[in-house]
Parts: sequence; C-alpha cells; structure tokens
Amino acid sequence: MALSFMEGNEALARGAIAAGCNFFAGYPITPATTIFNNMLKMLPPKGGICVQGEDEIASMGYCIGAAMAGKKALTATSGPGISLYSEQISFAIGSEIPLVIADVQRLGPSTGSATRGADSDIQFLRWGSTSGIPVIVLVPKDALDCYVLAVNAFNFAEEFRCPVFIASNKEIGMTRESFDLESVILPEIVNRELFSGDAYLPFESEPDKAPPFLPIGGKTLVRQTSSTHGPDGYITIDPQVIADNQDRLRKKIHSARNRITLHEEDIKKGSDTLIISYGITSRAVEDASAKLEKKGRPVSSLSLKTLWPVPEDLLINKAKSFKRIIVIEMNLGQYVNEIRRVLNDKKVEFYGQMNGVLITPETIMEVVENE
Amino acid sequence: MNSYLNKNRPLVYCPGCTHEKITKGLDIAFSKLNFDADKTVIVTDIGCSGLFDTFFNVHALHGVHGRALTYASGLKLADPELNVIVTMGDGGLGIGGAHVLAACRRNLDITLIILNNFNFGMTGGQYSSTTPTDAVVGSEFLNQAEIPLDICAIADSAGASYIDRCSGINSDLPDKIIAAVNHKGFSIIETLGMCTGRYTKKNKLTPKVIDQIIADLPERAGIVKKNQRPEYGERYRALSKQRTKFPEAVIIDKQIDLKNYQQQQVVILGSAGMRIVTAGDIVCYAGLCAGMNVSMKNDYNITVLRGQSVSEILISPDKIGYPGIESPTVVLALSDEGVQRRKKIFSSLQKETFVLKEKSVAIPNTCANVVEIDFKELKIKKQDWALASLGVIAKHKKAINIDMLTYALKSRFNETVHKMAMETINKIFNHD
Repeated sequence: MALSFMEGNEALARGAIAAGCNFFAGYPITPATTIFNNMLKMLPPKGGICVQGEDEIASMGYCIGAAMAGKKALTATSGPGISLYSEQISFAIGSEIPLVIADVQRLGPSTGSATRGADSDIQFLRWGSTSGIPVIVLVPKDALDCYVLAVNAFNFAEEFRCPVFIASNKEIGMTRESFDLESVILPEIVNRELFSGDAYLPFESEPDKAPPFLPIGGKTLVRQTSSTHGPDGYITIDPQVIADNQDRLRKKIHSARNRITLHEEDIKKGSDTLIISYGITSRAVEDASAKLEKKGRPVSSLSLKTLWPVPEDLLINKAKSFKRIIVIEMNLGQYVNEIRRVLNDKKVEFYGQMNGVLITPETIMEVVENE
Repeated sequence: MNSYLNKNRPLVYCPGCTHEKITKGLDIAFSKLNFDADKTVIVTDIGCSGLFDTFFNVHALHGVHGRALTYASGLKLADPELNVIVTMGDGGLGIGGAHVLAACRRNLDITLIILNNFNFGMTGGQYSSTTPTDAVVGSEFLNQAEIPLDICAIADSAGASYIDRCSGINSDLPDKIIAAVNHKGFSIIETLGMCTGRYTKKNKLTPKVIDQIIADLPERAGIVKKNQRPEYGERYRALSKQRTKFPEAVIIDKQIDLKNYQQQQVVILGSAGMRIVTAGDIVCYAGLCAGMNVSMKNDYNITVLRGQSVSEILISPDKIGYPGIESPTVVLALSDEGVQRRKKIFSSLQKETFVLKEKSVAIPNTCANVVEIDFKELKIKKQDWALASLGVIAKHKKAINIDMLTYALKSRFNETVHKMAMETINKIFNHD
C-alpha cells in the first residue's frame, strides 16, 4: 500500500481541482494561505486562472464575475476574511451565483489568533449575510474529508447555484497527515444545468429549484443583479414576485436537505449515550469512544459533515434510541442550540472549549464519565 | 445607426440629468464601435449610475456598491473576448477606491466610465469624495472640512495607461468613449455632469462651469505615456502558460516491514531556522516508508525567523484519530525556546520516554530516559541539529530505525541534499 501525505489545505485544493475548479481568487491569510499557494501551483498547468485580489472583497468579486462567465470558482480565507466577504456572499446567495468558499477557521473574535484553531464561525457562516436565506456549510474532520468534501461542495454549488462553505479549521488545514488518496472514490461531478429553450429569463425556475444557467458572454444575453429581481433579472417591487423568489431561494435548499446531509456514525451496541460532534473534534471523540469501550463503557457517536442546512431528520433518527446526548464543540456552544432545537424532547449536555488548543480524548472521557 | 438601447426600458433620470446624455453617448459609441451585443457587458454598482445596465441590450451585471470593477475583472479574466464597460458614480469611486487603484495598477483591458456629479444623488445629495469644499450639499457643513479628490491624478500615479476627462454634456463624448474603449489596457474616463435633482439646486453648475472646471485641472490626453505596458490578461496568460508541471501528490510506497510497531508520539522542540518542520516531515516519511499512518502538527509563531518551532508527530499502525500528542514516546529538546513552549510535558513523561537533549539546552526535571549529546563538539551546525537528532533516535531505534530514515531522506530530498543529509547522519552513527 502507498499513502499520500499532505495537509488539509492541500487536500482541499486537490479536491477542488478534481471537482473541475478552474478559477481561484483569494487574499493571503493564515491559516488558509496554503490553499491559495496550492491553487497557484495547480491551476496554471490545467489552464485555469488563479489571482490575488487587492483585498478579500475584491477576491470574492473576481469569483462572482468569473462564476457568471461560467467558471467553477473557489476562494479561501479565515474568519476575518469572511467578515469582508459578507456583502459579496449576500450577493451570491440572493442572485444564485455558484461558488465555493473555504473558511479555514481560526480563533476569534476579530483578528484573534492567526495560528490557533477553533470552530469560530459556525453561526457566522450561516447568518453572516443579509436576508437569512439558507446556505450550505460542510465541515471536514481530516485531510481526506477536505479532499472529498471539496467535490461535494462544488457539486452542491453547481446544482443549487449558491455559495457553499467548507468550514475547515487550522488544526485540519495546517496538519499534515497520511491517507490513501489513490483508493478514494470521489462523488460524480455535477455541473450547473444550462438553459436550452428559447426566451431565456435568467431567474425563471421551478418553485423549488435553481434556475438554469447561461454565462455572461454567451450567445444569449444574460442579466445578473444584486437587487431584488423578478425572473427577468430586472428590479421588481411586485410583492408576489418578491415573495415567490424569496420562498424559492429557501425551498431549493430546504427541500433537498436530506440529500445535502453528510455524516459518519459509530453506533455501538448497548450504549445509552450519543456524542454529537463535527470537524476536528470528531477525531478526539473517536479516540475517547474507543478508550471508553475498552473500559466497558461503550458510547455511540455521530459526526456531522453537513452543518447547514441542519440535518434535522438525521438528528431525530439517530438520537431516538439514546437516553443521553452530549454535544462537543471547539467553541463555547454555537451549534448545540440547533441540536437542542431539533431534539427538544431530550436533555442535551454540552462541552465546549475555546482556548486555541484541541479538545483531548481524555477531556471527552471525563465529560462522558461525569454523569 | 443601430441602437443598443432597450426600447422596453425608457430612461428614468431627472430632467436635465447629465446621466441621460452619457447613456445616449455610450449608445452612440457602441453603435460606432459596432460591438457584438453578446460579447459586451455593462457592469454597474449602486446609485443613479447603477441604472446604466438596465437601459442596454447587452449582457449586464449589477452588483454591490463600489465593487463593479471586481466583477468586471473576474469577467474579463474568465472571458478575454468580452468588451467590459464599467459605469461608476463618485459614490462608487469613494467606496471602492482600492479597486480603482488596483485596476489602474493591473491594466486589465476594461473601460471605466466615472459619472462624477459631485454628490450622492440617490440618497439625498450628501457630499462625496469629489464634492467641492465650498459646495452646498445635504451634509450640513461636513464637506467644508475636506477637499475633493482628483481621480485622474490618482489614476496617473496608480499606473493607469489611459486617462481622459470630459464634460458629460459635450457632443465629443461618444468619440472620447470610443478612444478609451479602443485602448488596449485599463482606460478610465471621468465625465463631469449635473445632478439636477440635487446638486444644481443649490450650486451654480452649468455646462460652461463644467468646461471651466476641466480647463482649470491638468489636461488629460488619453494615453499616459509613462504608464504604457502590456495588457494584464495577455501578460498573465503568457506567464501562466509557462507553468506546465502539475504538482502531483506526494505518495510514499511501503518499503519496510516492521513487526510489532507500537504507536509513537514524537515531539521536536526547537526554534525557527533549525529546520524543525523539515525534520518532522522526515520522521513522517520514515513512518510512511514502513507503511504506517502519520500526522504532523506544527506550532510556530507568525514571525518567520524568530521564536519557537515545535513539531508533533504521530506514527501509528492504526488510523490516527486525535492528532495531538498525549504521551510522547520521543522528545527532542533542541532549543530553550522550544522547551519553554512545551515545558509542561516534562513532568508527566513516562520512564520509557526517550529524551534527547542537546548539551546547551536546559530541560525541566523529568523521570524520562534523558540522553545528552553535544552537537557543537561534533561540529554540526545548528540548522542541522534537528536532522542530526533523527540520526540519534535511529541509532537508538526509537520511533524510527536507520532503514526508515535512509528511505525517508531519499524520498524527501533531491540527490545533492540527500548526500549532505547522509553525511550528517553518518557523523552520528560513527560517533560513540
């Protein structure tokens, strides 16, 4: 057997290339910079484009422009960059511009700690845009996930015509590790549906789907706008048209939520406790669970790889048979409230830590044993 | 002449607004240029100038305030065949100043038409970055404490290769636009105009006054000689084309069969400049040569040549979960800074833990098995201490052995570096 050896950021870049990404614009920021570095090495030989914006706002603008010309665009940043991306993210959400945003999270708030990890942005990614329209946020736990989820992210972006976030973490992005790259089976590549009829209206669509795409620069004239628009892409003040569009933007993601739900589980026979976690923390949960089993105290675990839309059905189904639910997060409790909302008939315990270091398996064992 | 104006979208400007003249001027320019509508895009942002895209039968992208140039750049990079025209008011100019500078500096083949009407028309006539100090605007006294900027002068110093300024009212406007569009590179054309809904109500601004303002400012003749250079897109593509080698992933074949290998946790404590991360890499390669799973976490400051550098490596026959170090099996103490960073680990080290300490480095009390080495005496340079210490652990068969290390160095380095590295390792092996 031969193993590959790379950091999560490189794996994410390789996944993006495998997904058909052909445009990257970004601005250096620790701990996301090496995604940019890798794309800069990988895109030119593939005939793709990789540029550095004058700032984060511009980088997102380049991606939006390129995506509207038909490119599959990726950008990468960390929390402070997401802050700057915000106005452009709102544009991409509301105007259905497909692109992938890697957020290699670091310890916030604000500039925080450049080289310390945390899952700082879990709510920020969901709500850091105007309007509250749903977004898709995937979360890797290791380099292998970075590779595979990059493909999922592009596929979702293309299908739903929306920005898709990959919520990585310094502890994944900048940790180098081995995995069996050659035997990975990637999801089949999805490309945005192109319009094929006559009389193109850029935002005309079925009530729960993204509209078919045509690029700016193609034979058919395309209108794109950040303003509230009707199917024709012109400003509208018609309440019904506005309501229908808002509803569709929500529905196109909400109605597909179970298909967007990605997870791993380890359900152990005879266990009454389910630990729910995501990202790098899931790996400490795995170790803790193995050690607890050896001690005769088996616990089950659920590792979420889709955080938004909230995998409500999955949570309800998986939690059903468990007496005790414990949520562990590398922050002071951002996602636990979603889980409490969904599992409102259960007592959901929580442990969180926000100090720049990983939550250890030992700590998780203590949480479990400390009933 | 063939008009590009959309008959279903009549112009909606205030009577007398110069924007209307400029819209019509742009249409004449398009007609004279005989542009293919499907290869032309108007990119706009917010404000009255942001209505431009709605009036034309060409591709359109209307975006967030001040950011039009960012979308335009993405479009032009993605589709070099597109004619990209950006309209922007003095509002977008102020809010997106960084993008104007970058566009001037970059020289991508885009035409920026600035519609300067000296105030924010849409929000109530507030002052903008171009409002004269003595103007009466909707911002009480605020403009009296600032001065307006001259975007043409700024563009000149920012490297714009084509700059022009003209009245939005004069009949030579279409020809001025045509000349700007025909320039290969970034062209910027500042039009001065009247906001009849707001600005001219309290300020005397007539076509004649506009002509006088332009006459009083330094003349702009289009081509800026000193800033001529290749267009960015062409330059970018030429440079990018030279990069032909795709960096394939590092994949290490299993070369060595190890019996009963137990998980190892290696901590290398050093300083920036000691090639700690490279040493960590080599330890990982050594594990990979033996078919093991590996992970490496590095801890260093954002300062480059100063401060601690710590590498934490796991080598395991099983899949690695938690990538942190819980109980080290090998600790390499190579600098005081590095030791200080992880000083807490020493008191809890196991008896079996192998600690290699360079003679000059102080470590806290520990019950671990401490081996001291004097690299200085061996005439090994500080930047090679981390590498040399790998020789020491291989010699003691801790975490790695000499076969693993040899394979690792071979896989990690080119021939020259490999030879030098082996010299250092041999020094260790030949020393008692």
